[in-house]
Amino acid sequence: MINRETLIVAALLGSALIAGPSAAQTLRIGLAEDPDILDPTLSRTFVSGVVRTALCDRLFDIGLELEIVPQLATEWKWTDNQMGLVIKLRRGVKFHDGEPFDAAAVKYNIERHLTTPGSTRKRDISAITSVEVIDDDTAKLVLSAPFAPLLSKLAGPAGTMISPKAAREGENFGSHPICAGPFTFVERVAQDRIVVERFADYWDKDKIKLDRIVYLPIPDTTVRLANLQSGGLDLVAVAATDLETVRKDPRVRLAVVNGIGYSGITINVANGERAKSPLGQDARVRQALELSIDREALNQVVFNGENQPGNQWIAPTNPYYIRELPIPERDVAKAKALLAAAGAPNPVVALTATNNPVVLQTAQIIQAMAKESGFDIRIKAMEFASALQLAAKGDFETFLLGWTGSVDPDGNIYNLVTCNSPFNDGHYCNPEVDRELEAARTLDTRADRLAHYRKVAEHILQDLPLIYLYHAKWLYAYTARLSGFTPYPDGLIRPQGLRLE
Amino acid sequence: MTTFLLRRLALVLPTLFFVSVLVFGLQQLLPGDAALALAGEERDPAVVAFLRQKYHLEDPLLVRYGLWLKGVLSGDLGESIRIKRPVRDLVLEKLPVTAELAALAVVIALSIGLPMGILAAVKNNSAVDYAATMTALWGRSIPNFWLGILLILLFSVQLGLLPASGFVSPSESLSRNLATLIMPAFVLGNAIAAVMMRHTRSAMLEVLSADYVRTARAKGVSEVRVVLHHALRNALLPVITLGALEFGELLSGAVLTEQVFTIPGFGKLIVDAVFNRDYAVVQGVVLCTALAFILLNLLADLAYMLVNPRLQG
Repeated sequence: MINRETLIVAALLGSALIAGPSAAQTLRIGLAEDPDILDPTLSRTFVSGVVRTALCDRLFDIGLELEIVPQLATEWKWTDNQMGLVIKLRRGVKFHDGEPFDAAAVKYNIERHLTTPGSTRKRDISAITSVEVIDDDTAKLVLSAPFAPLLSKLAGPAGTMISPKAAREGENFGSHPICAGPFTFVERVAQDRIVVERFADYWDKDKIKLDRIVYLPIPDTTVRLANLQSGGLDLVAVAATDLETVRKDPRVRLAVVNGIGYSGITINVANGERAKSPLGQDARVRQALELSIDREALNQVVFNGENQPGNQWIAPTNPYYIRELPIPERDVAKAKALLAAAGAPNPVVALTATNNPVVLQTAQIIQAMAKESGFDIRIKAMEFASALQLAAKGDFETFLLGWTGSVDPDGNIYNLVTCNSPFNDGHYCNPEVDRELEAARTLDTRADRLAHYRKVAEHILQDLPLIYLYHAKWLYAYTARLSGFTPYPDGLIRPQGLRLE
Repeated sequence: MTTFLLRRLALVLPTLFFVSVLVFGLQQLLPGDAALALAGEERDPAVVAFLRQKYHLEDPLLVRYGLWLKGVLSGDLGESIRIKRPVRDLVLEKLPVTAELAALAVVIALSIGLPMGILAAVKNNSAVDYAATMTALWGRSIPNFWLGILLILLFSVQLGLLPASGFVSPSESLSRNLATLIMPAFVLGNAIAAVMMRHTRSAMLEVLSADYVRTARAKGVSEVRVVLHHALRNALLPVITLGALEFGELLSGAVLTEQVFTIPGFGKLIVDAVFNRDYAVVQGVVLCTALAFILLNLLADLAYMLVNPRLQG
């Protein structure tokens, strides 16, 4: 019912828009959801980290190969048998309020993460017992025990440095964050936009070409892409199913990078009554389920082949992947034999899945594949918060769930499978695994840690408390006018080097 | 008329109280644990415990209701756990956006529905009538989100005439404000127009066959005057009520449309709040919507009286 009047009004309004002033070097980024509080100590969502990347520098950053690189820290050295970390700080760095960044600021920030009630960072860095200010440019973190993932934590939200003065004075720091990043906070309209503008005194200001960045939360992927195509946005994350559209449109470019998270099936092996199923009690049934799944086919059907199939907590391209334990081929005959040996030729399995089209499609493919081996999978679709509560209570048999991921391999496994960990929903507990994971935490070199992870992988792939399925890639589409965009494995958008033509 | 007004106003408070009890109770039936939903992916037990304690999530229902009511009576609707902002500020920020969208939608609905309804009634059982009825059926049947996405693809992606989504406040730029609202308002108005057309048509048919219309025609009054002056004035009554009710519904019911066009209004606020179990926000928004709905009903009744003086006795 698009009548003539509407068309005329639309045309008039449209021309008014086109004739309007075009803001120079304002980058508009579409976010998948509205971020929660921007305070690094209290924030709980990934998207708030995306916005904070423009506002706040961290002690360290990561490189494209997940290596630790300097940001506000320039050098670091482990001391006292890995129980101390001495950090040299960049000189001449200022916070947005003009306050200097120094070792006292580092001490304040770390202590704030550790002591603020409700801090979501405390656990990341709970190994730190104190911070010593050696001089203005040098701080020393004293640990209770060696903790190899610490550097990667300090390259994340726990390493985010905010202005101590602003944090002490500001009643609600999170609604107006003041940090030492390349952009300063301008305004936030809940569920509508967050605006930041270039910080003139940024220590690395030569790399900053943009004047402003506007972050717009747009949950629907189709609408996000439509905004990019119509020029309403400049950079968005897209869904695998939209890649065809992106590739065909000459106005937009595509950037892809391997992510650091995983998606898999968490199995209830010991959390209450619902663990008492053949699948929960017998590893052979779980192995049969794994052998029923063709991960590559799943990837092709649901994700147009864009994700990375995987069978460990980190992707096959990750340096910590155990290459000797590759993805098993689908083997229905062997799966049937395992089920017969376990005395459960036709196990009925409830699969909890969140009611998101992609997750449900994944569940349906698994259901169809497992049926050939004799499994009767019943999909329980429910909304995310409800599913989470049931999982924590043990009211599930299997749960199709993703993990955003962490730069250090420890973050993708330790809390998810160690005995008594709060988000080991299936209550898997193997003291051997705990021991190996603890050992891997205390070592610094990759080769030493790999030896322990190899043992962990052997156990996990045998016990299968979790069947890893795939590792999502970050897929970005951006306007052809944008140059200098490099996608990073952690999914954060770094404004350094970005320029609009 | 004054007694009528007073009687109606006296009912407002008990109604709101009832609504608040209902919303509070229903929210408790929602599965899902607010502290778990809000504690983030890592669900640190210390954070979960902190959230439970700070927002009284473990207290008995009555205690929590009492705390909330006490706040409401002193003008404090609580705080959003997710973004740590007062619910009152959020409501005040979103209400004008949704109200503008709803008003535009009703204007569009009226400007399509009324003329079509009148035309269909006057040309009863003709091709015009059938065409109007068909259009109405189409408007009512087409899902809002689908029409929304089609409009975005046509006007934003293909023609590049309108922004695909988002919102610009009228104080910033009126033309851009209208450009962002015209598509969602059309989507909403289109669906309401269909109902309005049907109501106008049936009311007009009834009135057009009334004795006083026949008398007017017999007196030689022109057909246009008969239709627009004598008949329409009476036929408008149900349409006014409908308009007010639809407007009230839009304040809370434009959820999908606001989601598709990313309009930061009530609909988006409440959906996000429900998914994140941000209870205070849900309660605050529902309470305000209920209040708005009640007041709109009252206004509709008053308008009724103005149009039809017979009711003023």
